[in-house]
Order: sequence, then structure tokens, then C-alpha cells
Amino acid sequence: MSDAVEVKTLIIDERPVSARRGQTILEVAREYGIHIPTLCHLDGLSDVGACRLCLVEIKGSSKLVPACVATVSEGMEVSTNTERLLKIRRTILELLFAERNHICSVCVASGHCELQSLAQELGLTHIRLPYRNPQLPVDASHERFTADHNRCILCTRCVRVCAEVEGAHVWDVMGRGIDCLIISDLHEDWGASTSCTSCGKCVEVCPTGALFNKSKIGSGHPKDPYFLPFLNQMRDAR
Amino acid sequence: MTIEELEQIAKNVRLENSKFDYEVNVCMDLACASQGAGQLRDALAKAAESAGKKVLIRRTGCMGPCSSGPLVRVDPEETLYRKVNASHGEAIISALGGLPVPELQCDLNEHFGSQVRVVLENAGYIDPEKIDDYIARDGYKALLTVLTEMTPSGVIHRVTESGLRGRGGAGYPTGLKWDTVAKAGGDLKYVVCNGDEGDPGAFMDRSVMEGDPHRVIEGMAIAGYAVGAGKGFIYVRAEYPVAVARLSAALRDARRHGLLGNSICGTPFSFDVEVRLGAGAFVCGEETALIASIEGRRGSPKPRPPYPAVAGLWGKPTLINNVETFANIAPIIRNGGRWFFNMGSERSKGTKVFALTGRITNSGLIEVPLGIKLRKIIEDIGGGVPAGHTFKAVQTGGPSGGCIPAGMLDVGVSYDALMRMGSIMGSGGMIVMDDTSCMVNVARFFVEFCMTESCGKCVPCRAGTAQMYTLLTRIATGAGTMDDLEMLEELCATVKEASLCGLGQTAPNPVLSTLKYFRNEYLEHILHKRCPAGVCTMEAAAEVSA
Repeated sequence: MSDAVEVKTLIIDERPVSARRGQTILEVAREYGIHIPTLCHLDGLSDVGACRLCLVEIKGSSKLVPACVATVSEGMEVSTNTERLLKIRRTILELLFAERNHICSVCVASGHCELQSLAQELGLTHIRLPYRNPQLPVDASHERFTADHNRCILCTRCVRVCAEVEGAHVWDVMGRGIDCLIISDLHEDWGASTSCTSCGKCVEVCPTGALFNKSKIGSGHPKDPYFLPFLNQMRDAR
Repeated sequence: MTIEELEQIAKNVRLENSKFDYEVNVCMDLACASQGAGQLRDALAKAAESAGKKVLIRRTGCMGPCSSGPLVRVDPEETLYRKVNASHGEAIISALGGLPVPELQCDLNEHFGSQVRVVLENAGYIDPEKIDDYIARDGYKALLTVLTEMTPSGVIHRVTESGLRGRGGAGYPTGLKWDTVAKAGGDLKYVVCNGDEGDPGAFMDRSVMEGDPHRVIEGMAIAGYAVGAGKGFIYVRAEYPVAVARLSAALRDARRHGLLGNSICGTPFSFDVEVRLGAGAFVCGEETALIASIEGRRGSPKPRPPYPAVAGLWGKPTLINNVETFANIAPIIRNGGRWFFNMGSERSKGTKVFALTGRITNSGLIEVPLGIKLRKIIEDIGGGVPAGHTFKAVQTGGPSGGCIPAGMLDVGVSYDALMRMGSIMGSGGMIVMDDTSCMVNVARFFVEFCMTESCGKCVPCRAGTAQMYTLLTRIATGAGTMDDLEMLEELCATVKEASLCGLGQTAPNPVLSTLKYFRNEYLEHILHKRCPAGVCTMEAAAEVSA
């Protein structure tokens, strides 16, 4: 068994596919060009299974599983795109839009926002839920970056990239439930943070306009979270 | 410590007790203590001394019918006195040997008649801070039997044979869980006892930890031997300071008697237990969040698999059982798996402790064989709802459970039957409601609980429960529309199906079950702007019409 890679065959959306043991459903689906929407997942970071957009159906089980963390097994039959799943994904997006203040027209990330693109992709035309309109702080104390909590969807990508890749662990989550807030250090101003290295990784991986580079205001703010797999590969090679 | 030494301790205790003519047991559990059971005990002691009678006055854990407290039981006559206070001390002492004090005597034949006590067998009979009292009632006998006469797989076989299912709420077969952990690889394994009881109206585990702490420790040590773990943790919520103190004292005494620690009773088995405190988060009762909390991290759940049985505390195979599950282990070992299997219903074996509260005459702690009819629990054991009121529903399973209406009271209580009715067994909270309860308000209360206790990690639970609460508030204040009701039902479905952990997956149950059985009350609020029970103030409706 030493170096032999165990191969599993399974079915995703009626297509027979093969996978290595231990691979997640999401990884395999992507290898075969099967698209599953994700938001908290990012290649190069650990997975938390929190946004629930990548939920898929497994034949023979009534429970939905998150494709980003569920691993493949032999003979598994996965459906990624059923009516039931689409309905749940749309409702989750509606919940996110209504949770804080996502106003695309005045957002620095408009046109480059993953939440916005997912809404378009899933055909969301309006939000049926009442907007909660919370009054959340905007932290512009950092020299180069701003954190606007009104646009944060609590995906914790910033928390993970800072702890896992940069190794600084500036960000973490405070409070619980609907009152969760991403904080820097021990809830101090970002600009006053002694642990922040100003590397900007959190800004690049943020899927919305919650974390942005001040110099990009007004000029459109494309983000580049795709450096992570490359970075990890280079590190592993060293 | 050997079995013979254990029996010697038991003999000594009995000899010591035989020097007294009477035993007066005073319930010192929270409900009784808060009504002056402490002063009562002092008064009894003083009266006994001045009367020159040989009386053993013992403080005990919860005796059960809390609403009749403070309670005193006189042995050997087994006379139970209710609502006793310090001024009754002399009367009780002078009645010893004669007729009981009539005005205090408590006739609860119906209350106790249908109960079977396994987990609570020592409740009311031992001083929880005296390990010798526990040993005198066969305590630690099961552990020594296991260590000297049984193989680990033999222990697991006996637990499997008993049919015991997890008492924390989900009802997973305990034997199977133990077997999984036993078969998981690696030298380092852990046993964790979940004492993070947080359901509103539930206090079963608190009473067990406070009233009979050694029973939990013995169960954990047996589990440690069976699965091959050398270290255990009891995770207790910090809101239970007495339980923490009693457990800590019990652990110290068990170590002193050589019943915990290295090479227990001269066998190669070593096991010790540490108490860890929760910091006020309900979600830490969920096993993956509990593990994170013990590890010193933020208590938020993780997707399973991997299950803790394979990768739990610090990534090691970990057995997590609830307090009541561990409390069942020693009697199962002593009496055999068959004995336990013969109690209960077809797929739910043994007994279950319930905390009976709400609009009920005899509230308190009860233990009944599973399969018993809800009607028997509420009408016979509980004595029914207060006079002049009519029963409406019983809520089981806390915020994860549902409301069961009057029409379904003849169903036997089992994991599966409760699930079919849209509720769950849960940890054992049972809240009785009568015509003074508004079901919309009840649903709103539980959703608010889940909203504030959500860890905030996954979207459906974090934002979904908050939106559900908003919609329920609109309905409860008279501002609700039929569209709101439709949206509410859709949100319930999403939160139930898409949430990460049990908290979110079950949070809609109180809404779904009240919608199923009491939809009319929702419609009254929405269409006629009135609350049938007169609970909701409907202030928003008044604004509209004004």
C-alpha cells in the first residue's frame, strides 16, 4: 500500500469521474469542469464549510454535504445542481445581502465582487427579506487599507490567510451569531495593530469590498486571490 | 483498593449508620436550598440533640419533586415531608418513632409510582460529598469488576447489549460509539463527558453531577478502560458552580482512594479526569465546538466527518458522551446488559430522566422507563396543569425540539416517536404549557434563544435565525402578513437543511412544530390581529388601526 495511490470512481452530475482517495468533492468536480459555487472556500486556505453555498446532494442520503470538505468515496453519486440546491443557494445569498449593507453602486469592489457575481450567476433579481441595515464601523486607520464591516460577509478568508499563510494572525472573529465582527488584534484599530505586517494578503483574498486598498478607490478594485496556490507550491518546493 | 476493601468501606458505613435509630435526609439541591433547606438542616440537628434522639441528619442531592420543596425524607419509615421550613424541625424530630406530622406529609404515590430509578437511584440517599456513601450503595463496584474480570471488548459488548442510546439528545447507540473509538488507531485517546447542559428548563445533568458525582466519574473510567483512553475531561458549564465544586471534590476523593490515577487498584490501567469549564456558550454542547473549547479555541463547530470518534481532541480519537449516558454505565455493568434491555420500548431502551417544568402541578426531576405515555407523565406523575386551566402542549428537547399537542399525548416517549411528531428527545427538558401560553410567542422565544446562541460561523444559522426572529416578531406584534408566514416557512426549510451543526439544523423545530399543530394561532395573529392566549400585546396592530 506504501506509495500506491488509491483511486475512487464516482458519479458527479451523471458523469463518471475518478479521484484520488482523500480528495474533496469540490476538487474533483473542478478537475472535470463541473462548477460548484463557493464563497468561503479559497484554494490555498484551509476549509471551514461555513458559507454553505457548495452544498451538494449525495444519493441515498437526505443530508446535504459541503463539497469543499466532504471527501469522495467509491460509487458515490453526487448531484451539484438540483432545484433544491439552487433554492437553498439563492436563499443563502439573500440572507447575506440582507444581513449587512451591500450597496453595489457605491462599492469599491463592484464588478469584481464574488458576492455580486454569484447573485448574477444564480439569477437573483431581488431580496425578499427585510434588510437589517446595521450600523457598523469602518476602520480606515491603516495607512494603505480600509476595513468596511458593512460589506463583510464573515467568510473568514482574511482570518485564515493571515494566520495560515502570513503567520501573523492579526484577524479573528469577535462576538457570536448575528453580532459577529472581524477584529484586528484585540479589537484595536487596524492602523494601531502591532502584529500586522501590511502585506495586503487579506485585502486580496476578501471576496467583497469589505477590505480594500485605499489607492484603488474610484478606479475599480480587482482582487487577486489566485497567488495562494502558487505561493504554497513555491514554499513546499523550498 | 480491591473489591474486598471496597466492601469493607461499605460495611463500615453501614455499621456507622446502624448506630443511629433514624435517618433524616434533607434535600439540599438548588431548589430546596434556595428555600432554606440549609437552616432547616441546622434546626433538625438542634432539635435532635435537645430531644436526645440518635438521628443521622444527611444532606442529599435532588429528591425529585422540586415544586414541593424543601423536602425531607425520614428513614427507615420512608416518610416524605414537603414544604418544610426551619420552624418544622422540632415537630419532625418529635414525630420520630410515632405518627408522621400530618400537615407536612407528602403523598406522592402517583408521582413516584410509575417511576423507575436507575440514573437517580442514589439521589436523595447519599451525601454527594461523601465517597463512602456512594461506595456503600455499590459505588465503584462496577469499575473494579471491569478492571479485574472483564476485557475491554467484553465491556463494550455489555454496553451494546443493553441497547443504551446517547442521552444527550441524538440517541446514537452508545455501544457502537464506544466500539468505534476502541477500534480507532493510536495510543492516545480521550474520554469526554458533556456536562454543558444548556436547554432552557433542563436540569437533569446538573442534578446528577451535583447529587451523585461519583457515578459520572465511574462511568467515565469504565469507558476509558473499554476504549483504551487514559485521560478524561468533564466539560461543565460555568453556570453550575456547585456541580463543579462537587465534581472536583469527588475527583480528589476518588484519587485518594486509588480509584483514579496511575495503576488503578493494582491493574495496569491508568485513568484520570480533569474538569473544564464552559464560558457561557450554548453551542459548546455541540461536540466539535466542545472539543474546540477544551483545546482553548473559539467554540465553533466543525463539519463532520471526521467524527470525534476518529479525530477529536487534539486530533486524537475521542469518546464524547453526555452526563446521563455515563451515569447509566455502572448499573449496566452491575446488573447486566439484558436487565437494561428489558426496560423501555422497542428501540429505546432503559429509563430517561426528564426535567418536568412549566404549567404543571408537580414540577421537578423524574425518571421513567422509555415508552411511557406522555399522558402518564403529565397527568399522573406531573399531576396535570394547574386547576382551572387546560393543557395545550408539551415542549420537549429544548430549542431543538418541538411542541406536542394534546391530541398526541397517548404516544409513548421514545427517540423515534418524538422525532415523528416533529420534536426530539433532546437531553430531557419537558416544558408543559396550558391555555395561558401563546404558541407564536413560544416559537419566538426559542428562535430568539437560537439566534443569540448561534456561533455565527455558517450563514443559514447566523443570518437565518435572525431573519426568522424578525418575521416572528412582526407576527407576534400584529404587523405580520401571510407573505411573512410563507417566507418564514421557506427560511425554516433552508436553515434546517443547510446549517452546519445541530444547533442550526434543529433551530426551526419549535416554529415548524407549532405551525404544524397550532397554525390557527398564527393565522389569528396575522388575519385578525389578536392573540388567542392574550400573551402578545399586538402593539403594531394598534398603531395601524389608530
